[in-house]
Formats: sequence, structure tokens, C-alpha cells
Amino acid sequence: MSKLIIKAGQTEKNYWSDLWRYRELFFILAWRDVSVRYKQTVVGIAWALLQPLLTLLVFTVIFGYIAKLPSEGAAPYMLMVAAAQLPWQFFSNSLSSASQSLVNNSQLISKVYFPRMIIPAGSVVTSLIDFLISFVILLGLMLWFHFWPTWRMFVIPGLVGLAFLASLGPGLLLTALTVRYRDFRIVIPFLVQFGLYISPIGFSSTIVPEKWRLLYSLNPMVGVIDGFRWAILGGESNIYWPGFAASLGIATITLILGVWYFRKTERTFADII
Amino acid sequence: MSDTVIRVENLGKRYTLGHQRHTSGNGLRHAIQDALSAPFRKLLRNSTTTKNIASAQSACTEDFWALKDVNFEVKRGDVVGIIGRNGAGKSTLLKILSRITEPTTGSIELDGRVASLLEVGTGFHPELSGRENIFLNGAILGMTRAEVKSKFDEIVAFAEVEKFLDTPVKRYSSGMYVRLAFAVAAHLEPEILIVDEVLAVGDAEFQKKCVGKMQDVAKGGRTVLFVSHNMKAIQNLCKKGIILESGRLKHAGTTDESLRIYSESISMQHRITFPIDDSRPSISFVKVEPVQSGAGNLVVEIGFKSPFVLNPPVGGLVITSCLGTPVFGSNPRFHKNDFGQPRLSEGTLRMTANNLPIHGGIYKLSVWLGDWHTDYDEKRDTLAFEFKHGQPVANTPNPEMMGFTDASVSWSVL
Repeated sequence: MSKLIIKAGQTEKNYWSDLWRYRELFFILAWRDVSVRYKQTVVGIAWALLQPLLTLLVFTVIFGYIAKLPSEGAAPYMLMVAAAQLPWQFFSNSLSSASQSLVNNSQLISKVYFPRMIIPAGSVVTSLIDFLISFVILLGLMLWFHFWPTWRMFVIPGLVGLAFLASLGPGLLLTALTVRYRDFRIVIPFLVQFGLYISPIGFSSTIVPEKWRLLYSLNPMVGVIDGFRWAILGGESNIYWPGFAASLGIATITLILGVWYFRKTERTFADII
Repeated sequence: MSDTVIRVENLGKRYTLGHQRHTSGNGLRHAIQDALSAPFRKLLRNSTTTKNIASAQSACTEDFWALKDVNFEVKRGDVVGIIGRNGAGKSTLLKILSRITEPTTGSIELDGRVASLLEVGTGFHPELSGRENIFLNGAILGMTRAEVKSKFDEIVAFAEVEKFLDTPVKRYSSGMYVRLAFAVAAHLEPEILIVDEVLAVGDAEFQKKCVGKMQDVAKGGRTVLFVSHNMKAIQNLCKKGIILESGRLKHAGTTDESLRIYSESISMQHRITFPIDDSRPSISFVKVEPVQSGAGNLVVEIGFKSPFVLNPPVGGLVITSCLGTPVFGSNPRFHKNDFGQPRLSEGTLRMTANNLPIHGGIYKLSVWLGDWHTDYDEKRDTLAFEFKHGQPVANTPNPEMMGFTDASVSWSVL
């Protein structure tokens, strides 16, 4: 029989095994968020396609045709934007929903025990599902522009994994901070919007001057987006390896920082939420 | 292997109550201010300025021990009722036991899987159907999908919602909602079950069903910790009782013993005072006169203070059972009074009831203040007191079942 000891000032040792034991809750919460989102809507799950599609059209028309921003090599502008915008949308959705997740589930936190990390992690999974649906758009565009999938496509799951970690790290940090400082509720949408402009979505990161390139890659999404373009646009694009390493490094550091801060403050969530 | 499944040692929980700047001080600006001023405070540690800062801070925050030095043990298969007034620390204790919040001092050993039910319908989502919510709520309470599946039909039958299984619960009546929520929770099968006041929901019939279900759980040999203000439920369900008073353990023993000690501690408190609201007539104190009350009599005094003259001051009171059923009520508009139209803005009203024909036991008192036409102030369930019958008899029935009225009755065989 399992014996459990609760001691003052002691983080539980069996946290990670508990996390495993509660894995079903993790999926059920993600399932709840997905199935609730499109209840009582007419178009339903098609919204997961319409939102990115419309954004993509606006980008193409405004930046591609009117502002005439250059594409990467010979790739059509629309495809270049799509290869960046979809992972970006995944990142921004999961970051913002993860960081609101604890406060939005405050009722659960003050009434039931489970490893709290399930909540933000579950909300990232929810965004991942949306991403997988919207991936259809990307495949559709590739066919339209006759960009046949190559072996490079196999890299994409790894890149999605990187985007997952890159959003989970700051997500954990921000959601734990939001429990105490609701200021972040206001800051986060602003930050995410900011990120849309500084990430290479409407333009190629190759137009960033060489000497700034490494610094620019400290934004972990630069690595992910460059990777996506490399995988989808084929030989037209190249990966800037030092930058990719920097993105990966930053994502790892923020993840460690996020987990550490989350674990440190988790015990007091129920008292201050 | 010992038979002790819960061992609580030296348990304490401290909350820091914020006043003034700290009430708004949970925001980011204050954290930054604090962080910025911290190094300077270190520099100035020995100067008088720091002492002022420190003392100002301690004046602003106040430590409050919701629980302190609590020790007890629970044996396997015990059903323990936790009783105490509001704010005695019952809910905090349950929250610590169910790992929602962490103790400040001490330790707890739990031997077995714990499930806690602190609220009915935690995590229910209004947009989801009844069926979906059963799975969701089950998972939140710690059941696996397979467990929920195997009990699904039982849960639905218990909740009596078969027809509405695929309707979103936001369209449920509040009764259906509560029934479904309780049904899921009632089918939890942990070794240790922790239950907060959740039986006080639904209609009378469903409450009865809930109590029955709890009794089954208790008979099944599982360990149950149960918090309730419903003394009757505690008496029916529990073998042992724990009394908490202002965060400390007052008594741990059998249910009857605990209930007796608790009811004595309640009847000890026969007077309660209230802050005066200067803008309207208010009740300043309520008192059950301890000497003259008893032996079938009840004497209640209500103090009042008013910014204007009350013509005349009128007090009213209702006595209710522990479950809240009104038992007796009075006010001078329909009972005898010797006011002679007094015009007062401050004073005391006294009600004397002789040979009140109700059974002895614990009752609650609610009082009102007004004049002949308007109610100005009310204090509901303000005091609990023990009413002592003139001729106490052995085997007094439970008034909640038998009715509250008593009379001089004799039986004979013809």
C-alpha cells in the first residue's frame, strides 16, 4: 500500500510519478478544451482552418502584393509565409493559453489535488491539436504550388517539438507568475503581438544583416521557422546553424527556468489564486 | 503494520493577512518596489530608519494561524466527524489532508489512496453533456477512465438523469446538476475519503439518499473524514469525533462524547455582540439568558441602538433546528407585550417564553430588529444554544425525525 508523507516546507518527492499517474486527467483536460471551444458554433472545427487561412491571405495581399516584400529564393510568397505563420500561430496560441490556464482553472486548483503542471501542459496540447488541423492548409498550398514533399518533411515533428518546448517553458513561467501578479494577464497578449512583428513571418530571416543574425536567433521561433522553411521550400532555403543552436539553447533554458519556478511556487497556488 | 491510516503531528497552517498597502500589494509594482528597496534596507540595517520600516511592515501584515499544534490519529475503517464553528480550521485541515495546500509546520502520514470531495461538481463544464461531465469529473476526482466506465450505469441511475445524458449540463435544473455531481463523487472508491459539507444540497429526498450512500461507504470499511455543521448527519454517520476550536484540537473521542462537549461549548457562548452601524438601527447584542433559560423556559435579550427614535422598537426571533427548520417564532406584534408605546433609540428588548413545548436539544437563534412597520436589521443563525427541557427524559427521539413539539402525554393499554 502506498504511504504518503506530507511535511511542511518539503516539495513532494513523488511529483513526477504522480504526474504519470494523472496522465488521463491531462488528456481529458485537453479534450475538454478542444471540445468546448467550438460548441454552439455554426462552422465548428472549421474555425481552426479559417483563422490561419484568413491571416495568411491578409499577409499575402498586404505584404506580398502591396508592400512587395521579397520571398525566399524562388518560393512563392504565400507559401513562405504559410511555412512561418502556422508554427508561429501554434507558438503564440499555446503561450497565451498556457499562461492564462491556471487562473482560468482556479476553481479546480482550490478544490482538488493533482500535479498542477497538467493544466498548462494540457493547454499547450490543445493548441497542438489546432496546429495539426491547420497543417492541412500547408499541405494544400504545397500541392497548389507544386512543391512536392521531400525527405526533409521528416524533420517537421522535431521542429514542432521544439516549438512545443519553446512555448511550454515561458508558458509555465508566465502562468505561475500570473497566479500572483495578474499584471501578466495584460502583458502577455501585448508580448505575443509584439512577437508577430519581430519574428520572420512576413519576411525571410536571410534579410537580417549577418552580424545581427545570431542575436536575432535568440528568439527561439526564429530557429523553428527557419527549420520549417528549410523543410518545406526545399533547396531554396538554408538553415543558419549557429542561430538554430541558439534557438534550441534558449528554448531549453527557458524550459528549465519555467519548470523550476513553477515547482517552486506551485505549493502556494491554492492559497493565493 | 499498524492500523493507523492517518497520523497528524504538530500540524500548523499560517496565513499572512495583508492590511493597507499589502492588500493591494500583491501586484507586480509592489514586488518590484520591494525588490528595489531590499538592498537599501540591508545597508541601513542598523539605523533607525530600518527599524521604522520593519515595524511599519509588521503593523501592515499580521500572521494568522488557521491551524496550530494539531495532533491526532485515525484508525483504518474509522468514520470521523470533524466539528467546529465557522473559522475553526475544519476546511483548512481538509485542504491540507487532500494536498491542495501545504502545512506551515508539522507532518501528516497517509496510508492509502486519498480522494477528497470538498465541493460538489468541481470542474463540471456547463457546455459539456452529462455523459461527458461524468468522465471529466471522475478524472478530476482521481478515477481512471476504466473505473468510471464500469460504474457509469450506477452513477446515471443514482443521479436519475438518464433522459438528459446528452444535454449540456448548462440546461440542467440546479437539482439535476447537483444530483449528477454528487453521484459521480459517491462512486469514488478510495481507501481514505475526505468529505466537506456537501450533503447540504438538493431536496430532502435526495439528501436522504446521499446520507444513505455515505453510510454504505462507511460500512464498506473505508476510512472517512467528514466535515459538517449538520450534527444529525455526524451522529448518524460517524463513530468518532474531532472538535476544532480556533485552529486547535479541542477534543478527539467518540461521536457522542464529542457532540456533547461541542454542544456544551456552544451553549457556553450565550451572548454575542455586533458592531453598530451608525446610519441605521442595528442590533448591538443578542443574549440567551443562561440562568432563567432552562427547565423549559427561554429568555432572550436583544440590544439595539438607532440613529433615530424607534416608535416602538420591535424585536423578533425565530428558533430553528440545526438543519434550519423553523421551530418557534415570536415578536411583540402577536405576542403579549408591556411596551406601552416606548419611544427609544437605545435599549434592550427581552422575550420570556415559559414552558416552551419543544424537545430539549440544540437550536439556532435568528433575530430581527424593526419598528411597527419596517425591519431594519437581522442576524440569522446568530447563536446556537442548548434548550433544556423541563422534564428531561431518556431516549428523547431525534426531533428532526419525530417533530419538535412536546407535550404532557401518557400511554396506556386498554
